[in-house]
Amino acid sequence: MSRTRRDFLKVGAAVAAGSLVASSPLLAESSSGLLVPLSDLPPVDDPAIKALMEVALNTAKAGGASYADVRVAARRQQNVGTRDRIVQGVSDTDTYGLGVRTLVDGAWGFAATSKLDKDSVARTTQLALGQAKANRASQLRPVVLAPTPGNQVGEWKSPIEVDPFNVAITDKVAYLLAANEAALKVKGVRNVNSSMFFLREEKSLMTTDGSYVVQTIYRAQPSMTITAVSSDFSDFQSVASNEVAPMGLGYEHVTNSKLAERAPQWGELAVQKLSAKPVEPGRYDLLLHPSNLWLTIHEVIGHPTELDRALGFEANYAGTSFIAPPEAMLGKMQYGSELMNIVGDREQRGSLGAIGWDDEAVKPVKFDIVKNGVFQDYQTTREQATMMADYYKRVGKPVRSYGCSYAQSWADVQFQRMPNVSLQPGNNDDTWESMIAKVDRGIAIVGDGSFSIDQQRYNGQFAGQVFYEVRGGKIVGQLKDVAYQFRTPDFWKGLKAIGGPRSYHLGGAFGDGKGQPSQSNSVSHGCVPAIFQQVNVINTGRKA
Amino acid sequence: MSHAPRSLFAPASVLSRAEAQEIAQRVLRNSPAEETRVSINSGARADTRFALNQVTTSGENQDTQVTITAYVGNRAASVNTNRLDEASLAAAAKQAHEIAKLVPPNPERMPELGPQTYPPLRERALDIPTPAERAAAAKIVTELARTNDLVATGFIECRAGANALANSKGLFAYDATASVSMTATVRSPDGTGSGWACSDGNSFGELDPKQLAATAVQKAKESRNPVAIEPGRYTAILEPTAVGNLVQLIPGAMQARAADEGRSFFSKPGGGNKIGLKVVDGRVTLLTDPADSPSLSGGYDNDGLPLEKVVWIENGLVKNLNYDRFWAQKQGVQATRAGGGGFGGTRSLRMLGGSTSIADMIRNTERGVLVTRFWYIRSVDPRTILYTGLTRDGTFLVENGKVTRSIKNFRYNESPIFFLNNLEAIGPTVRINSSESASTGGAVFMPPIKVRDFNFTSLSDAV
Repeated sequence: MSRTRRDFLKVGAAVAAGSLVASSPLLAESSSGLLVPLSDLPPVDDPAIKALMEVALNTAKAGGASYADVRVAARRQQNVGTRDRIVQGVSDTDTYGLGVRTLVDGAWGFAATSKLDKDSVARTTQLALGQAKANRASQLRPVVLAPTPGNQVGEWKSPIEVDPFNVAITDKVAYLLAANEAALKVKGVRNVNSSMFFLREEKSLMTTDGSYVVQTIYRAQPSMTITAVSSDFSDFQSVASNEVAPMGLGYEHVTNSKLAERAPQWGELAVQKLSAKPVEPGRYDLLLHPSNLWLTIHEVIGHPTELDRALGFEANYAGTSFIAPPEAMLGKMQYGSELMNIVGDREQRGSLGAIGWDDEAVKPVKFDIVKNGVFQDYQTTREQATMMADYYKRVGKPVRSYGCSYAQSWADVQFQRMPNVSLQPGNNDDTWESMIAKVDRGIAIVGDGSFSIDQQRYNGQFAGQVFYEVRGGKIVGQLKDVAYQFRTPDFWKGLKAIGGPRSYHLGGAFGDGKGQPSQSNSVSHGCVPAIFQQVNVINTGRKA
Repeated sequence: MSHAPRSLFAPASVLSRAEAQEIAQRVLRNSPAEETRVSINSGARADTRFALNQVTTSGENQDTQVTITAYVGNRAASVNTNRLDEASLAAAAKQAHEIAKLVPPNPERMPELGPQTYPPLRERALDIPTPAERAAAAKIVTELARTNDLVATGFIECRAGANALANSKGLFAYDATASVSMTATVRSPDGTGSGWACSDGNSFGELDPKQLAATAVQKAKESRNPVAIEPGRYTAILEPTAVGNLVQLIPGAMQARAADEGRSFFSKPGGGNKIGLKVVDGRVTLLTDPADSPSLSGGYDNDGLPLEKVVWIENGLVKNLNYDRFWAQKQGVQATRAGGGGFGGTRSLRMLGGSTSIADMIRNTERGVLVTRFWYIRSVDPRTILYTGLTRDGTFLVENGKVTRSIKNFRYNESPIFFLNNLEAIGPTVRINSSESASTGGAVFMPPIKVRDFNFTSLSDAV
């Protein structure tokens, strides 16, 4: 048991520098790159694309826009999905197009098209101008943009070693089927699903401020879910490979994840879960593994510190925030224990949120969200930063965006999205194992599971993949039907120990939804194992 | 900017049948694969978003995506592209074929279908509103909110689309869809009250922003200054949106294979599935019907089978589970013609209603909770279709036959299976928007219901 657990919990360092790819499928004659030599594709800063973008900006300016930006993006995705010994699907998706945003008399308009010729681009820009002009009628407060450093020009690429689109399908399929086979060898395992997902987005952004940036962003996620079914069909339990997070890396992330080597351990845990003890509801000290805690951080720190929520822009869907109004919270609100230091950044190497510039050509910076437990600042875009101008001037901070503008595709308008929001390690040498020894009566939770939180981010209920009962500093067995419920500020005030730099791990998600129409953001959250005191645990098992 | 309605069914925006056929033929003509399937999705979207009593963003876009699936024996792979020129489509078809050759054979692959007979396309015009018309609809809500010293946030979405499916065995299916939705959340400036309302339909003219505004404003006013009451099991009166939020989770769990393999609530202990067994109150009937869909025609599933009305639960008994073609063949039954994912194909769901109005439900309740809608609904235990989530934007205490006051929101841990066994009353079925993000695309018809012992497990301070 202990050897299995140690191996199971080992977190590989999957971040590495490597060669970069300087090519783009934009405007390519071919449908694109999987089987097309990269050398056949035009460069990222293709003059034809640049000329189209200039058409959009010139049309916008001639139509009365005080500001405009235009994005051209080519997005390539590949999914390989398997179940048991069968390949369920291999799909390759390739989409490209152009979106233009215009600001006329302080009102926004946006339009997008997949027809990339000069006439279509000009027509689409006219549509965006028409939107903005129509929206002026209800304008109460005009949009004002914070200044940028200006004239951002450059190129950025994700730090990948191996382009996943250059790896043979046969290798990918063999990798997944080997992992499935390893899981199916575990007695009691009935079903295995595994998949690989890859993304490459090549994006150019040009603004009337004089910025022109081109970026190539890669993301990769290998994953598997193993299900065990009891012999009498009365129960089934699953364990997913949640310690393997999606990353802003290349195919090396797949090979480093070692699914086949780890599958038997996940399979054994799924089988053991069938006979695990149902949790006794009550208050427990919780030791949360980073593969669980990242999601809690995402929901209870990442989202409520978005300024658009705090101001009410998301009230109809994603919700508002308990961290409001800003003037009562900034620099004052005790978010939690002094161990709590939270930073926002879009720079961390290998993270899902890593970029060179945001979708307003702002170069992101690392910034404090919570320092020693006290709330410091919100995530912002250029439009949002000016809403905070009075406060920033009062405390001597520049009125500037933190670079949190993002659109999920060329067809969607950019708005405020979360950067990587991460809990900083403690100044100690603690690891997951050494922290188990600090728990007298508690539950150690690995992997993320069911998660739900209210629209202001107070009341959360989170589960996990594997739940270990801890007594006297030792794991004594597995529990099941565990979920923890909390009120966010109380939960973080109960933070009593965190791991050191050696235990730092990045979790993350591709599908963070917000906005109307809803858009997905990809974001990572770094964190360390952490102990939370006396958290309410419920038993979610119930007979039909 | 013209205020005249514009049709998004213009050839430049959404493909006509002839245009879709032409694209499909181009792909099939150039595909080197033994068998090829072409799926075409052409769509246009126009939306307007408002917050803090003014329009904040609005947008329009259009795109056509072509998915080419190449088959080499039992090997298959798909390539999707939005580049529609002949060379790009030919290259995509070639690429799908090249990938398919590398994929191991799938012994569960079913052969492509030949030509099918579909119901005739029903003509229904869709007038997509101009940005000015959408802004004017938004203003109806923001102005009513402003005059009541409240703050409105909301979203209007209009979609039009055309889909086609073709294969090298001569199958061709074409379908066009249209749907619109408007939702609004109105809040009190002090953040103590919040009310929500929605209006859904197949065309902009079907929306009723005045009624929507009145409902959201009234709820915002009445929901101010909520008080805390103890969590626990309460009689709950669920408005139709709240019912839809949870009942729509049942068909998603009705995959026959998962049930037969012991991985579902619909698995029978000891083996087999629960078809024919009673799982909920005898007054519950749940069905999907292509006629309910905003689709202009009956629609078809991913393989090209024409969709048909499927009754999933009838008078409380499990009537059907969802069999894909492979599993149906293996089990010796007919494939279910409802599309993937339970009711994904028809994008519709209907629960048959009753005659008890919400007012009557309230009048006959000694102590209970009235719920407007649910939020952040997530699976907790697939063995019982148990979900968690929270009430939101209008939660009220009912005492002695009257709504007495606004209460703080609750988290629940409940299964639609459980509360449909605790049914006390059902009201008339109405169309709702059951999507948490208020996106269009489904036609969901739900009644209000009154249930006993709804499991509210904790309080939320969120408004």
